[in-house]
Amino acid sequence: MKRFIMKAVAVGMAVLMTAGIATGCGSATEEGKTEETTKLSGKISLAGSTSMEKLCEAMSESFMEAYPDVTVTTEYTGSSAGIESLTQGSIDIGNASRELKDGEKEKGVTENVVAIDGIAVITDKENATKDLTTEQLAAIYTGEISNWKELGGNDEAIVVIGREAGSGTRSAFEELLKIEDACQYAQELDSTGAVLAKVASTPGAIGYVSLDVVDDTVNAVSLNGVPALEESILAGKYLLSRPFVMATMGEVSEQNELVKTWFEFISSDEGKSIISDLGLILPQ
Amino acid sequence: MNKPKKHIGESAAKYVFAICAAVAILAVCSITIYMIAKGTPAFKNVGVSELLFGTLWQPTAAEPSYGIVYIILSSVIGTGACILIGVPIALLTAVFLTEVANRKLASVVQPAIELLAAIPSVIYGLLGLMILNPAMYKLEKLIFAGSETHRFTGGSNMLSAILILAIMILPTVVNVSASSIRAVSKDLRAASLALGASKIQTIFKVTIPAAKSGIMTGVALGIGRALGEAMAINMVAGGAVNIPLPFNSVRFLTTQIVSEMGYAEGTHRQVLFTVGLVLYVFIMIINLMLQRIRKGREKNE
Repeated sequence: MKRFIMKAVAVGMAVLMTAGIATGCGSATEEGKTEETTKLSGKISLAGSTSMEKLCEAMSESFMEAYPDVTVTTEYTGSSAGIESLTQGSIDIGNASRELKDGEKEKGVTENVVAIDGIAVITDKENATKDLTTEQLAAIYTGEISNWKELGGNDEAIVVIGREAGSGTRSAFEELLKIEDACQYAQELDSTGAVLAKVASTPGAIGYVSLDVVDDTVNAVSLNGVPALEESILAGKYLLSRPFVMATMGEVSEQNELVKTWFEFISSDEGKSIISDLGLILPQ
Repeated sequence: MNKPKKHIGESAAKYVFAICAAVAILAVCSITIYMIAKGTPAFKNVGVSELLFGTLWQPTAAEPSYGIVYIILSSVIGTGACILIGVPIALLTAVFLTEVANRKLASVVQPAIELLAAIPSVIYGLLGLMILNPAMYKLEKLIFAGSETHRFTGGSNMLSAILILAIMILPTVVNVSASSIRAVSKDLRAASLALGASKIQTIFKVTIPAAKSGIMTGVALGIGRALGEAMAINMVAGGAVNIPLPFNSVRFLTTQIVSEMGYAEGTHRQVLFTVGLVLYVFIMIINLMLQRIRKGREKNE
């Protein structure tokens, strides 16, 4: 009998242990962060641009931490589809990673630019070519130009470096140059840092990265004579940039409390730091 | 009914062991089921032949295309080529260690090879990135000087990946081969030498054939390692989906998943799971081969 009990105890312990392993992960609760002042509750729904996924995820995560009773849901259906849902009234905010079209504005959609995405074209330090036109850049990426001497530079093959399919930087770059799926990449790397390092170490290389990561290991090429700087993007002169718009029907001030708080949160210091942490530029 | 206390401890331990073993079996089963469940929907959505034999990989295009044949070929050819380069070197190293080198020399070479096995793959990748790729680029420029059609890759190409893999499989193949050569009976060698065969003749005509199944095990393990390697290849192979030619930037099954899983969604994501399933099937085939070799060896002994 004693043996049987011990057996049962042993099996029970083992089961408990295994269960402990199974539940051990993912149950870290964070308490004591609830604020007394935030009685706000309800649901904010967003839909639109896939490129804004990272921004929306980061923003809604922090927002829901600050306002635990509010649920923020985002669907990534594409910019036009997002604005379409907004005009139909099925969502609160429509995300678009482009400027709103006149037709959309006529329907009463208000353009609220929350961030600006800038892309820099980089070459290695030795490269003498410091300026490209958008046509030249497109020709390089589609494989029509394959040597820097064709652009008046050194006799050096062009090593075309880009990001992997699915990368937001890649889709923005190709979209803005209108060379979607026409690019002939020599290398497809899966991170901004890898592109930066590879371009810096490969003679004749060209690549694209978020504007904020450009450092002095590479040259940032100016486009059509406009340098790749935050100032030129804010002035609207630099081609490789696009606004991240969170559009509303009518002004933000006409929205419900929830949406107003959402936009207040975005323009707060915390919201701003989320935007700049993602390598985006704050609109002025 | 009162049995000695020791027995209770024994039986309790037995259950603990059984549970531990169950964890491993559970893991294998659940991984297999998961991979099949996640990897097959893409076949339905994209089409089996379009997926496995399509050459165009444009998962994010307006009209997406999910052909992974170049990716499969890159993995198969890359692994095959690294075996062709790595195995002869490894085998001769094993022979050197066991038959040629004196004890003192062997005691230096053996730990060095074991150390090679302990180096993390990211270090191989880093060295490949900093040393192999620039050297490869010089070679590429020499070979394709003046070429209008070649897409210059900056040295990140198939050949770099093959060379890195060839070095990475060395320790596995050397260690397994060396121990199987050591296991060959002294009598066989003595008989061969007594019949007038030279030392080299004995090695190649007697010792290596006698150690064949052990060496094949080493090769199979090497194939498994090469096929499953992701990190080092991701760093040196360039990562564009291309026909697997030596100076093309290529993508392997492993690196395909690593590099695109982050942002993939919908069918794109499903296809990445299918890529995983293909890799899984390859690894399973290699392992079954391995078990067959081992069984054959047991029979021979």
